[in-house]
Amino acid sequence: MIQIIKMAFRDLGRNRRRSFFSSLALGIGLALMLLMAAFIEGEVNSAMDTTIRLKSGHLQIRSKNYEESKTSLKWEDLVENPDQIAGQIASLDPVLAATPRLFATGIVSVRDESTGVSVYGIDPLSEANAPYRMGLLQGDFLSSEDREGILIGQPLADKLQVEVGDKISLSVNTSNGDVDEQLFTIRGIYSTQTNAFDNATVLLPISKAQAITKTENHASTIFILLKDKDQTDAVVTALQASNLDVLTWTKMNELIIQTEEMANSYMVLFYLIVLAITATVIVNTLVMAVFERTREIGILSSIGMKSRHIMAMFLAESSLLAVGGIIMGLILGILAVSYFARVGFFVGNMGLTMLFGNTIYTELTVADTIEITVIAFIITLLAGFYPALIASRMEPVQALRGGK
Amino acid sequence: MEVTKIENVTRVFKIGKVETQALRGVNLSIENGEFTALVGPSGSGKTTLLQLIGCLDQPTSGQVYINGKDVSKLNRNQRADMRRGTIGFIFQFFALIPTLTAYENIEMPLLLVGESPKKRKERVTELLEAVELTDRAHHRPDQLSGGQQQRVAVARALAARPSLILADEPTANLDTPNGKQVMETMTRLNQETGVTFVFATHDPRVIQYARRVITLRDGVVIENHAEKPEV
Repeated sequence: MIQIIKMAFRDLGRNRRRSFFSSLALGIGLALMLLMAAFIEGEVNSAMDTTIRLKSGHLQIRSKNYEESKTSLKWEDLVENPDQIAGQIASLDPVLAATPRLFATGIVSVRDESTGVSVYGIDPLSEANAPYRMGLLQGDFLSSEDREGILIGQPLADKLQVEVGDKISLSVNTSNGDVDEQLFTIRGIYSTQTNAFDNATVLLPISKAQAITKTENHASTIFILLKDKDQTDAVVTALQASNLDVLTWTKMNELIIQTEEMANSYMVLFYLIVLAITATVIVNTLVMAVFERTREIGILSSIGMKSRHIMAMFLAESSLLAVGGIIMGLILGILAVSYFARVGFFVGNMGLTMLFGNTIYTELTVADTIEITVIAFIITLLAGFYPALIASRMEPVQALRGGK
Repeated sequence: MEVTKIENVTRVFKIGKVETQALRGVNLSIENGEFTALVGPSGSGKTTLLQLIGCLDQPTSGQVYINGKDVSKLNRNQRADMRRGTIGFIFQFFALIPTLTAYENIEMPLLLVGESPKKRKERVTELLEAVELTDRAHHRPDQLSGGQQQRVAVARALAARPSLILADEPTANLDTPNGKQVMETMTRLNQETGVTFVFATHDPRVIQYARRVITLRDGVVIENHAEKPEV
């Protein structure tokens, strides 16, 4: 066996350039697959992290009647006395922050431009709203007592061509089904680096939001961030006693999880395409090698080498090409992934309603790396079977004549 | 004791619709320890006969016996088993594995018969001495002259102590001094070890080394001299 590997290694060395490029083809294929997997992982994680941070939190407490899609503002659909409940929840040890939020739909207009927005009534002092505070690009953050101030996202400000200090008109639905309109002053422009969110969300202090929507002491939800998301289930158990709904981040973000599953099945297709190409290169190289060495195969056969040993010799060659390709692929792939993990892919506004960061940072998991590497190795070995079979099936007499 | 016996052997090659009769009923018997030349013009069937004796090919009809065993109907792997350790080959072209050194080429048949590393080393060293190539042990074929390569091939053929060595025009690609050295090596090893040599040739300088000459023409044996004829 050692002799077979030794011969296979030396045989590959006979045409170093050809062997190198065959391995490199596999290496580039593997690197591409690793980069793609890391991109998808980064994208999904970014979507999940962004959504948790900006929209869903780790947990939400809502009225059992609340329907998110309708953004209902009827009192019976809302959480009553939200500050009190949020205060109680915030005192739990695993909870980082708990804050009431009121969601409404509305239209902002300035001059003859108008656009539909989500109105978020938030507690300006809560730690849960740090992403908006930290993302402030111009002007000031909201204060709890502000009755006329509003924050808008940068893309929306660009679209409406407004600046800090400008006045905009906001019409919102109210709890009794009417529409109320009021003029607000832009206190600040924020960016969460998430186009889909920033483009369509305006922020008000919750007390002002409650006043304009006539919801008084009610909130759509209690938004909860945990110190560690693995403690979700423990906190859910602790909160279960109340007569309100407790929603977890996995339940609220099923779409992202489904998207990840869909992306993974597309990835299988992508892997198959890449591996089919690299396998063709390997088959081609080895078939050429078999035909070039027909006479040697005849000699080995004539001194008594069995078909299965001849086959093993060519399989050893494809294994060595695979090992070489995998080493190159891991080096290239990890270099590329680390580069994009630092610099990121700028994707900008993808025109999706899902919340992605504007820049996707690649994340490569050990499981993905192992899985892709093993698949690449197996496919290359399978590709080696065909040339190995040709070699092992040669009749010694014909092989000695050089296959003629 | 017969090393090989051939009874009514024919071999027909079909190329497209054309049938070529390479052997047309050959009967032959070769005893242990012989040093025999198969002679005849090109196309007379020498190489085909050597391939049948060497279990590289199967006869269309008739029987080939090696050490008393009928090998005419063996399958590919059974023939490989028969070749390994029983028959050694020397080819016209210098049939060494180019990626292996002289030492490793000679060692290959010993690996195939599963010889221990210690015995392999002893045997290869002994054979390198026998073909006077000890100082070239770790050279690859492309670093050896044609004559040296063919002596390595002789050593390889002998490595697994076969009972029969078949050589197809072993000196055809060598100049006279190298051809002479190869033939002298073969003769000496035949005398020292008693291994049977059968070699195909049409070179009169080679035929003179033979102790028996079998002449083929158009696929039949036309002369079978037990003693060396006048050259």
